[in-house]
Amino acid sequence: MSDIVVNHLMKRYGSRTAVHDVSFSVEPGEIFGILGPNGAGKTTTVEVIAGLRDADGGDVEVLGLPPTAPELRHQVGVQLQESSLPDKLRVAEALGLYASFHRHPADPAELIDRLGLGDRRDTAYAALSGGQKQRLSIALALVGNPRLVLLDELTTGLDPAARRDTWQLVRDVRDRGVTVVLVTHAMEEAQELCDRVAVIAAGRVRAVDTPAGLAGAVAGEQRLRFALTAPLPDALFTALPEVTSVRQHGPQTEVTGAGNLLFAVVGLLSRHGAVPTDLRLDQPSLDDAYLALTAADDTLHGSLR
Amino acid sequence: MTTATLRPARPAGTTRSALAAMTRTGARLLLRDPGAAFFALGFPALLVLALGAALPGFREAADDLGGLRPIDIYVPIIITMAVATCGLNTLPTYIAGYREKGVLRRLATSPVRPVTLLGAQLLVALVAMLAAVAIAVGLALAVWRVVAPAAPARLLLAFVLGTAATFAVGLVLAAVLPDARTAGGVSMLVYFPMLFFAGVWTPGPIMPDAVAAVATFTPLGALSQAMQDAWTGAPADWVPFAVLAAYTVGLTALAARLFRWR
Repeated sequence: MSDIVVNHLMKRYGSRTAVHDVSFSVEPGEIFGILGPNGAGKTTTVEVIAGLRDADGGDVEVLGLPPTAPELRHQVGVQLQESSLPDKLRVAEALGLYASFHRHPADPAELIDRLGLGDRRDTAYAALSGGQKQRLSIALALVGNPRLVLLDELTTGLDPAARRDTWQLVRDVRDRGVTVVLVTHAMEEAQELCDRVAVIAAGRVRAVDTPAGLAGAVAGEQRLRFALTAPLPDALFTALPEVTSVRQHGPQTEVTGAGNLLFAVVGLLSRHGAVPTDLRLDQPSLDDAYLALTAADDTLHGSLR
Repeated sequence: MTTATLRPARPAGTTRSALAAMTRTGARLLLRDPGAAFFALGFPALLVLALGAALPGFREAADDLGGLRPIDIYVPIIITMAVATCGLNTLPTYIAGYREKGVLRRLATSPVRPVTLLGAQLLVALVAMLAAVAIAVGLALAVWRVVAPAAPARLLLAFVLGTAATFAVGLVLAAVLPDARTAGGVSMLVYFPMLFFAGVWTPGPIMPDAVAAVATFTPLGALSQAMQDAWTGAPADWVPFAVLAAYTVGLTALAARLFRWR
């Protein structure tokens, strides 16, 4: 059974429709990404799943229950955007307090160590670094020993090292059997962490697939770039079945194509005794897929939140 | 599937223990904020000492006060000030701060209902106010030998009703103000005019009749008048009591209606 089932979710704020039609399901034990530009409806979707907002249409089930079921407050941990703590509350106090709300809380001391906050136990919230605040926020989401955690914009504003640490943390959480839903607008994050990703734009799901599946689905061209001391005639390249086009500017050569482009081109070059330098191969990435899936809507709805 | 079958039996005491934990935390946070803690807890006591020691004539019986000393009639006003500080400033500032920081929202995703936090903050403000009153009144009695209240039961009733009414005003502010800074500012805009009607600057008989007539219909004015009457043993006037009860009921309902959780 799926941990989360979202079926044709629709949500309006006044006359503005934030979420038009969103459907996906999240399976137990996976890290599921909800990816989309700012204002796509990601946060609204998660807030409905978290039981903070009521849907205006469609069905949502979380662990087989309606999202507002009180039982879910014990089983679902939530890390919200723009949710902080009082400045003078200390790390251990915050975790101890939130642990006291739960039936079967995790041991706050152990959680503090696991999240690398051991030497910050008695530090006031305001004195924590951005990464430490974020880790504390994740700890608060985990303190009730949830089966499912919802993490919204986890690494926004963190430096690269703190982001990597946080990603590892999310993997650890999943390895303990917790299902993770991760909301993000960062491609790299989705690619690094997620087993599957739903791309949402302008309130609709554009695609649900693995990051690699999404990348492969864009009829993506590979692009090979290199420099040659003596250029070869274009026709030599275009004669290869893998090559669709070639452009040469002085020593710079750019060949696009599909299939085993790299080997075909390198073979050709070696047959002609040409040695390429600065060789680079660009393959379609989740980035390209994301841009292809969301581009049209960005221009139309970019100003909407 | 009915809602009833979804709701698990909540272990006994969960809400109560969460309330206790939140109240302890709230008290700690107040004490860690030296400015706020002094304003709530120490200021009334300081005022008792400073007024009695520094102002000429404050410890001399005055004819226009019926033979009482100004310090005697000033104690109910200082109690009113303590109630006002905790109810109008401490309470809304902290609750608005929790709204600003998304603490109320975060709680909505936990097994504890966010209203528990309001309960905890109310308790913190109440306990702080009671401590402030105890210290200030204790000092007034011990240091300045202030006369004991003539009608203690009536005084207590006025104090309880007045506290309820003043905290209800604070709850209305707490219900809508978006952040701690705004709450602090707005509460001061309410605090000083209301203290004026409480007689902080024109205590007891010194207050002009016209002002006193209006004051009776303000929460702090009614509280102050009812307590001064009870303290000096003046005949009971039940109008301020009715005013305080009306504010309590009306404003609590208003706060509940207006309250924004995010």
